[in-house]
Amino acid sequence: AVSHYRLFPKALGRLVAALGVRELHLALTQGFWRTRAWGQPPLQAPAGAELWVWFQPTVTDVDKAWKELSNILSGIFCASLNFIDSTNTVTPTASFKPLGLANGTDHHLLRYAVLPREVVCTENLTPWKKLLPCGSKAGLAVLLKAERLFHSSYHSQAVHIRPICRDASCLAVSWELRQTLTVVFDTFSSGQGKKDWSLFKMFSRTLTDACPLASQSKVYVDISPKNKEKELLEVTPPPASVHEAIVQGDKRTYAVYDLLSPSLFNTSRSLNVQLKWKRPQDSSELPTPVLHAQRYVSGYGLQTGEISTLIYNTHPYRAFPVILLETVPWYLRLYVHTLTIITKGKENKPSYIHYQPAQDRRRPHLLEMLIQLPANSVTKITIQFERALLKWTEYPPDPNHGFYVSSSVLSALVPSVIAMKDVDVEQSPLFTSLFPSSDGSSYFVRLYTEPLLVNLPTPDFSMPYNVICLTCTVVAVCYGSFYNLLTRTFHVEEPSRGGLAKRLANIIRKFRGVPPL
Amino acid sequence: QLAVPVAVVFAPGSVPGDLPRPLPFKDVQETEISVNVRTSVTSCYQMVYRSTTAQEEAALDVATAREADAALHPLQDASLGSLTVYVVPETSCLLPQGISVYVGKHRSALVRAGGGLATLHTRLRQLMQVMSFTDSSIAAALSDRMPGSQLGPDARRHLKSSLGYEITFSPLNPDPKSHAVHWDIEDAVNRYVQPVLDKLSLVANFSVDSQILYYAVLGVTPRFDKESSSFLLSAHSLPHVINPVEARLGSSAASLYPVLNFLLYVPERSHSPLYIQDKDGAPVSTNAFHSPRWGGIMLYNVEAPASPQASLPLHVYVDMVRVMEVFLAQLRLLFGLSREELPPEILLESPGNEGLADWELDRLLWAHTVENIATVSTTLNSLAQLLDKIGNIVIKDDVASEVYRAVASAQSAMAKLATGHLHSAFQASKEAVTSSERAFFDPSLLHLLYFPDDQKFAIYIPLFLPMAVPILLSLAKIVREARQRKKEPTKID
Repeated sequence: AVSHYRLFPKALGRLVAALGVRELHLALTQGFWRTRAWGQPPLQAPAGAELWVWFQPTVTDVDKAWKELSNILSGIFCASLNFIDSTNTVTPTASFKPLGLANGTDHHLLRYAVLPREVVCTENLTPWKKLLPCGSKAGLAVLLKAERLFHSSYHSQAVHIRPICRDASCLAVSWELRQTLTVVFDTFSSGQGKKDWSLFKMFSRTLTDACPLASQSKVYVDISPKNKEKELLEVTPPPASVHEAIVQGDKRTYAVYDLLSPSLFNTSRSLNVQLKWKRPQDSSELPTPVLHAQRYVSGYGLQTGEISTLIYNTHPYRAFPVILLETVPWYLRLYVHTLTIITKGKENKPSYIHYQPAQDRRRPHLLEMLIQLPANSVTKITIQFERALLKWTEYPPDPNHGFYVSSSVLSALVPSVIAMKDVDVEQSPLFTSLFPSSDGSSYFVRLYTEPLLVNLPTPDFSMPYNVICLTCTVVAVCYGSFYNLLTRTFHVEEPSRGGLAKRLANIIRKFRGVPPL
Repeated sequence: QLAVPVAVVFAPGSVPGDLPRPLPFKDVQETEISVNVRTSVTSCYQMVYRSTTAQEEAALDVATAREADAALHPLQDASLGSLTVYVVPETSCLLPQGISVYVGKHRSALVRAGGGLATLHTRLRQLMQVMSFTDSSIAAALSDRMPGSQLGPDARRHLKSSLGYEITFSPLNPDPKSHAVHWDIEDAVNRYVQPVLDKLSLVANFSVDSQILYYAVLGVTPRFDKESSSFLLSAHSLPHVINPVEARLGSSAASLYPVLNFLLYVPERSHSPLYIQDKDGAPVSTNAFHSPRWGGIMLYNVEAPASPQASLPLHVYVDMVRVMEVFLAQLRLLFGLSREELPPEILLESPGNEGLADWELDRLLWAHTVENIATVSTTLNSLAQLLDKIGNIVIKDDVASEVYRAVASAQSAMAKLATGHLHSAFQASKEAVTSSERAFFDPSLLHLLYFPDDQKFAIYIPLFLPMAVPILLSLAKIVREARQRKKEPTKID
């Protein structure tokens, strides 16, 4: 077998070819995206590690390939993806449609798994940077220094591989590898009080040149005027061009810095983009996103509980459907007959439900529903569960921390408040792939809710020691005394004169003023 | 025991006078190679002496040795491991002057007769050393496994025998701003590398791939040499070159075979031209070096552009012929197919496009078969020792059947080696290695490994000790009383 790689990393290429993978999406996230404070995320991922893969139809044993794939990826990315097994893998039927070219979608070829307990740190960032052709030595990636990136409120790195058409006529198919890194630096709340930022302040580095292998290397800064007020902010150095686009239903203006254009580094050797607010800003006036959601666990005690999901549709006049995917581990036994969906006080019946009950220690619960959200409403979905008692070797090392339930996924085509026109795909392919639009009137959104932390009834792990001590004491005392009584022989003994104990007792009696023994 | 079937064919006019018996006859020569104090390998050459047939005479009747070799090839029995030696008359013009032995591409050789049987025997023995295995090659194959062998570390330089190898060609470009490297690897692989790998496909499965690495620097800063106005890497700094590059090369995630890396380093513009200096101080002609069991590195210098104002990056079109020559030579060295020093009267035919001659393939197979059998025996021995030490390990049925299969295959491999069937011996040894590895590395062996004895004590002692103490005390009292009663039998109160 022969294969040659130039810019595409060989490790991923051999993996994809050897295991028959059609699409691969891996995201490692630390933190949770606060939609109400930060707005709609460009690309959200659930807390922990998320891996979903579409396999080629030629793969015969998908489960075996899935297990091998998660183990190899765990080695490449230094993440413990090898804990992905059948107890946290599901096969969604409606939620994760392929993002690249697809020839028919048999959902038996799809596997989805989330590890909510996974922690992301420097050793995951390093192999991610190693996949880039220029590494972290040139281009935009020089900014990605680990000590600044992890001092942030939200950090998410992702790798996406999918097949795409090589050109407009689509005669040949190529693999596309997209690596995304989403970081939120919250300087306002981290003590500095001002919302001005610069590249140097955020990354402690500036841009010096572009990667010589890149065909495009650009920096986009969002300078959209709010409430039609101009001159609210100032960007230095002044941008060479300004790009306007409709992103997520909103008209936005971006200042563009093209690192490959020779005029950019004429005046200074390095590029440090700075943004200053002309007027002091009060708390952010980001528009509420059209779709956002919340999830929590309610109930008391360690036997039963209830999972509630609240989905908000803030669009003033449009209703749209949303697909909700919930994966609940087997030890929280869901009772589907208690599933209620209430919108505006009335019951809302979903038009499509796919429920796969769990099998103990083998498979988690899978619940997929297509729910219609009326305009300007809140939908509450509740389901009750019962907590199971695990065997004592199945508890993780810190059982009183709790058990994580992975985030539920909401996928929807949200109608935009402003109609969009088709953005020119050729001009800025990266930009459009980040904010795609299938047609002008709606855009695709995938949201994740919070992960839940649930306490299971935990046994007392010191009980085996207690049992041994108790049993042995009881046996020793009872058996010992019975045996002694049965087999003791008595014989006369001379009274002894002194003895240390008697002398000590006499000393104490003298102090007390009591006659000695 | 290793057996080699050899056929010695005498052309008319070349029969020495002092043959012990008339043609055709058989003879067996055995020599012993001792690997270490306890083990030794017997090599047994089964020689068959006969005279030529009419077709062979016609084939030998051509002008040059090369044509004779080509003509004789279809007439021989071409099983692996066997050799055919044709003895031509002293006056024959097939062999050029001064050459008395000619070794062909396939498994045959031409020897000039003359001087009687003794010289013929010495020439034949020399030939066997060249074309088949030598003492040192067998000892080297076993030296990894046998402790206490007399050979030094130089013997462990060849690649270990394995079921497959992955070959990776990686050009390293530390300065993509100045040099844009274009290399047509796919065509070069198909034209130059694939024929060699097809020939070697009997030995193992090969897969080839390539990647281009950018911003990969060598670990050593080269010195500037004023006289030649070039940069030099001295021979003793070469071992430090590989380490920082190794991290970028990446291991093959999808397979378990060992990887052979061939790197082509294009030095940065500020460090051009760069030459490797050998121990005597002279620059190495091919500008390449290889590391045993790892791969090879070649430095490819780019000429400075004629005008200093040339636009960067310079486009470098790599000359694949020169590069592939070096890499293929390094591949041969890595496998241990090097040509040692030969006496001047032996002429070796170059193998042409295929990269190696049939008899070289045989040498590789002999060494690998012997090494495989040694590996099987060490693996199974360690498994047995492990079981002796830790009695807790549970051996499942399929692990046991793998062990039996490994033993059976190893025994059949040794039997086939003793009769001279190299091909089937090699296949049997490969099966034996696979089975033994599968048995040894089976994950089910580890299940009951950690059940230490002190855990058992910790559970049972707190229960039995308090019960046992009164019993023991009363037993002691009984014994004491019995002894007292024996002493004073008639003490009546």
